[in-house]
Amino acid sequence: MEIVLAILVGVLYAAGVFMLLRRSILKFIIGIIFMSNATNLLVFLSAGIIPGSPAFVDGVVENTKSISDPLPQALVLTAIVIGLGIIVFTLALKYKYFYLTGTDDLDQLQQTDN
Amino acid sequence: MALTALPILIPFIFIIILILVRSTIWARRIAIFGTILLLLVSVGLFSEVTKRGILTLTMGGWKAPFGITLVIDYLSGLMLIVSAVIALAIALYSTKFIDYPHKSHRFYVFFFSLIMGLNGSFTTGDVFNLYVWFEVMLMSSFVLITLGSKKKQIEGGIKYLALNLIGSMLFLAGLGLLYGKTGTLNMAHLAKILIYDQQSIFMNTSAILFFIAFGIKAAVFPLFFWLPASYHTPNITISSLFAGLLTKVGVYALFRFFTLFFIQDQQFWHTIILVIAGFTMVFGGMAASIYYDTRRILSYHIISQIGYMVMGLGIFSPLALAGGIFFMMHNMIAKTNTFLVAGMMARLKGTFYLKDVGGLFKQDPLVAVLFIIPAFALAGIPPLSGFFAKFVLIKAGIEAEQWVITMVAVLTGMLTLYSMIKIWNEAFLKKAPEIPSEKRLPAKLSLMELLPSILLGLISIAMGLFAPQIFDFTFEAANQLINPINYIEGVLNN
Repeated sequence: MEIVLAILVGVLYAAGVFMLLRRSILKFIIGIIFMSNATNLLVFLSAGIIPGSPAFVDGVVENTKSISDPLPQALVLTAIVIGLGIIVFTLALKYKYFYLTGTDDLDQLQQTDN
Repeated sequence: MALTALPILIPFIFIIILILVRSTIWARRIAIFGTILLLLVSVGLFSEVTKRGILTLTMGGWKAPFGITLVIDYLSGLMLIVSAVIALAIALYSTKFIDYPHKSHRFYVFFFSLIMGLNGSFTTGDVFNLYVWFEVMLMSSFVLITLGSKKKQIEGGIKYLALNLIGSMLFLAGLGLLYGKTGTLNMAHLAKILIYDQQSIFMNTSAILFFIAFGIKAAVFPLFFWLPASYHTPNITISSLFAGLLTKVGVYALFRFFTLFFIQDQQFWHTIILVIAGFTMVFGGMAASIYYDTRRILSYHIISQIGYMVMGLGIFSPLALAGGIFFMMHNMIAKTNTFLVAGMMARLKGTFYLKDVGGLFKQDPLVAVLFIIPAFALAGIPPLSGFFAKFVLIKAGIEAEQWVITMVAVLTGMLTLYSMIKIWNEAFLKKAPEIPSEKRLPAKLSLMELLPSILLGLISIAMGLFAPQIFDFTFEAANQLINPINYIEGVLNN
């Protein structure tokens, strides 16, 4: 199971970087979403996956080897919420930029560089 | 000690108060009151640290490696004090220089959330918690940089946001790998595990991700492009706030991580850090010399000066680290002050473009004096703070026989001096060009407008005059970083 998810993480990073390098701001944002999901999966995988066993049941733990580690799941939950907030802000910023300039082209972003 | 949470709690309370306050005048008064309170608390906590050693607090009563720990040692304490001083100066400055057509009081909400994220980053002892505080800081800085919604600001905001988001993702990925390898995210616990485990090949994958992530935040050599593209777009108050505080958090995180637990493979890392430090200094200094916009020159200068702080980390002796920390404190104060003065010059002349400015020395000599203090401090003229900071760093470089970086550091001082002299000549000495102005510009600035800059200037002078006393503190901070046993014991066995 880990190996499949590891490949998925790789594919998501590749897709994310590809999208980041496109000229459209919207595609750039999609690239950010891919990459943040890949990162979330990576953190989720960091403790390994133990199939069919929750972290806590009734507060009783018989064998600590047979339960899954709850910490990465908690970390990922926090990271997903933060990611959501940032994506929403980015989309709002993109909308505002489009409203002011009427363009979605990253090559037009040269005003502040020279 | 429960009071350890106060640097985070106070800004949080003021965020809530300021959301409810609708009058701009009251929001200003409350903000000034809040930053003074923060300064007093920071000084109080630091004096506790000097008396009782490292302060720790485990949140929610969970014991150290499991729960989130807040830690204040010498380095955190010093950073808290300096950032509170800057927050106070910015709060005073904003009363005159935040001039949005409406809803100016909203600035203070995000101002305090930035301070909260900053203080959280300085006090936390947990890697994931540091990530969360970085995001808090980042979100508020996104809002601040685009506040006002001018076309240029949105554009600068997009660039700022793009690179910083990638940095955050690398941070999170490095954190995930670190947890997979060690099974803990508590910094002291990590240090305890890694101090005996020298398997550098496994750790380097995480270390490089953290290094790039913090490198983007700190704007070191190949990763700084977001900084000069965005820092000159927002209101000058916000530029000054960012210039003083944001990049230094990245440097602080580098200091913390690369002294506490990424200490395997020192030869390799210190060479990389020194090379990057050298390029950062030279590139920032040279890029600054081609521009004529004051804010641009000063933005590139931030990058140049980051190189000196990172150099302290790269030499890695107690003296060098102490010099790096001293330099960081001096630079936060002096750099913010130059931005404040740039705002005053623009208020008197209506533009930041140096070729359209002139004759300020005759017009308002006090502004000239206020510019000279931080400019000379940055260039390293004795008796101001920058001289001692550079002196300690260069002495450490010579003692460690790192000749190249020491040479680069000395010569970059010339570049700094050159750009400061350029601003001085163009803005203050040159005759004012006769450009008919549509706006009515003031001939002099009021005392209230000058006050924050006077405050920071006096601190720069005081840091020069009382350099030995401050150096003792930074040396103690450096010793705590080099010998992390106290830190580890303090967190895990408390």
